[in-house]
Amino acid sequence: MVIDSKNLDFQELNRRIKTCESLDITVSGCLGQRFLAAGLKDKNITIEGTPGNALGAYLHGANLTVIGNAQDATGDTMNDGSIVVYGSTGDTCGYAMRGGSIYIRGNAGYRAGIHMKAYHDKFPVMVIGGKAGSFLGEYQAGGVIIVLGLGSAENENIVSNFCGTGMHGGTIYIRAKTLNAKFPPQVRVREAEKEDLAKINTYIDKFCMLFSVPRNTIDDRPFWVLTPNTDNPYKQLYVQN
Amino acid sequence: MAIDFLYPEFEVVRDQSRCIACRVCERQCANEVHSYDEDLKLMVSDESRCVNCHRCVSLCPTRALKIIKSPHTFRENANWTQDAIQEVYRQANSGAVLLSSMGNPKQFPVYWDKILINASQVTNPSIDPLREPMETRVFLGKKPTNITRDQNGKIKTDLPPQLELELPILFSAMSYGSISYNAHESLARAAVEMGTYYNTGEGGLHKDFYKYGAHTIVQVASGRFGVHKDYLEQGAAIEIKMGQGAKPGIGGHLPGTKITGDVSATRMIPEGTDAISPAPHHDIYSIEDLRQLVYSLKEATEYKKPIIVKVAAVHNIAAIASGIARSGADIIAIDGFRGGTGAAPTRIRDNVGIPIELALASVDQRLREEGIRNEVSLIAGGSIRNSADVVKAIALGADAVYIATGALLALGCHLCRTCQTGKCNWGIATQRPDLVKRLNPDIGCRRLINLLTAWEHEIKEFMGGMGINSIESLKGNRLMLRGVGKKKKELSILGIAHAGE
Repeated sequence: MVIDSKNLDFQELNRRIKTCESLDITVSGCLGQRFLAAGLKDKNITIEGTPGNALGAYLHGANLTVIGNAQDATGDTMNDGSIVVYGSTGDTCGYAMRGGSIYIRGNAGYRAGIHMKAYHDKFPVMVIGGKAGSFLGEYQAGGVIIVLGLGSAENENIVSNFCGTGMHGGTIYIRAKTLNAKFPPQVRVREAEKEDLAKINTYIDKFCMLFSVPRNTIDDRPFWVLTPNTDNPYKQLYVQN
Repeated sequence: MAIDFLYPEFEVVRDQSRCIACRVCERQCANEVHSYDEDLKLMVSDESRCVNCHRCVSLCPTRALKIIKSPHTFRENANWTQDAIQEVYRQANSGAVLLSSMGNPKQFPVYWDKILINASQVTNPSIDPLREPMETRVFLGKKPTNITRDQNGKIKTDLPPQLELELPILFSAMSYGSISYNAHESLARAAVEMGTYYNTGEGGLHKDFYKYGAHTIVQVASGRFGVHKDYLEQGAAIEIKMGQGAKPGIGGHLPGTKITGDVSATRMIPEGTDAISPAPHHDIYSIEDLRQLVYSLKEATEYKKPIIVKVAAVHNIAAIASGIARSGADIIAIDGFRGGTGAAPTRIRDNVGIPIELALASVDQRLREEGIRNEVSLIAGGSIRNSADVVKAIALGADAVYIATGALLALGCHLCRTCQTGKCNWGIATQRPDLVKRLNPDIGCRRLINLLTAWEHEIKEFMGGMGINSIESLKGNRLMLRGVGKKKKELSILGIAHAGE
């Protein structure tokens, strides 16, 4: 089922997506309509064009594919399902996501994966093919964020500043020859070993498959693992009064 | 042990002639103040642990106990008060930020107490609420600015979603984690019974309480704990928490030690990890961004639920509220600087924000001037202590009020202000099973119902006295208020005349 989104505002477009009987939907000519598929549970939606902010907010199991770029707040507070973006995303991608996966072929803007958390069988995964803006994984409490830095120079800083500030759970993997970023004190940084790489192998494979990237172009640089120093970064901060 | 310079604040006075050494006090005190001395055959106390919560006093069968403020003081000093000196000691001992709980206890003006309510005499006769019907029902949400009709001339009645309240009082946000399961159950059941709402706070909604969903406001805060599709669908309304009166501008932090069992499951985070709510929502840096969160929630719940935006009362609150009213929000909740909290840095609590009375009056005035008062309903909170405060708040422009500290007092809270320790002897601000079970939800619920019922009677008496039979006619009716002993500027912000004028 194809929905031509030309001249439809976000409310009408969303209404048509939600009430569409077909489980497989293509939205053509998307031009900035916001909140697409918010809270959606069980549809496979391909979006051609550029969806607006808050694509797949509170996503509850639906699968979204964007043939183009996405804007800000993609997958905000997402609980389950998947978002695949063939271009880049704007800021605050995957804010507080608790489950499901986001694969981005290009870059992510500022504040991606802030406050990502995992719980029980919920384990959020975000793979960024290119670079990420500042504040990546700030307050991260669970799940995994992978930044591949494809297309960047060997000594280029691909995660910018303040990566992992206030991190108290989860893991960030960064693929780089050398790490040029400065990390905050809450973050422990080390080079990935075999066991670390084994943990993310399926996500890398999926990335390669989704975007037709040869696996050997990824394996040619080492990965770095960022984990929090402690589960309770702010424990010593207070005295009873 | 190093000297910490801190002398106990209270004295435990035990009348040994009355004490029968039954050891109730010992068993009841989670702070471990009391113990039995086998050699002396006497109950003894370590007053340095006492928080003056009255649990032992209330349960002592022979009334042998009382807690008094220790007469031991520093040399009197109007500037360097005892608190000021001891806080320096605490920080010099620890190098840490001072942490307190419940509302600002400092001596700031309480404007409610300087406002008087009108009553009818001779003309415009008062109404007897025992005989005449009095309407206290309110609807919170966007109201249409004009009447529209369909092709047949019939009035269109499809309003935006509204919260229907039998009386203009809601229970304010307190998370499961900051207060106990039994406290939440008491609030939820009382809200159902009284035709009003309680609020989950930012800690998610326990599965057991989904059945009270029609009387639940679910909160979405910066940490998004426990927020998912089912949670949003469960609530009667969704509240976006931007700020809280007790700690405007800063985030929340529930330590990992309190994230156990059900609290962990309800927040949907693993046991033992800190629950950190960042100070801002990092996806909201503007009114435009706020509008985006408002509409993403509306889209996700198909425009069936009103969206509340809760903010702390701060200096530019009128302009902020004007922005929120234009963000698509249905209701604005304003929390004054005396609002309670389960834990807040002392300095922030005692020094940041403004009184709800002034904030409310200026917001109502501003929204009227801009012609957008109908776009939103206003809920005022931050230390509403009794029915007179409710009536004054409504006359200053509120559609309804939030109460929380008052509700906890009804449950047995004694305002000892040590919620942050998690050792509440009254079973309210604790997760320890042996303490939680001290609060019986059947009794708690009943006491809350009693409180609201009593206030409802009093509100009707006030209304009847003013010759008003519908709470809607009281809303923003500042002619019903007069100030006493306040300066011209204060009265002008409150929008009320001085008594005698």
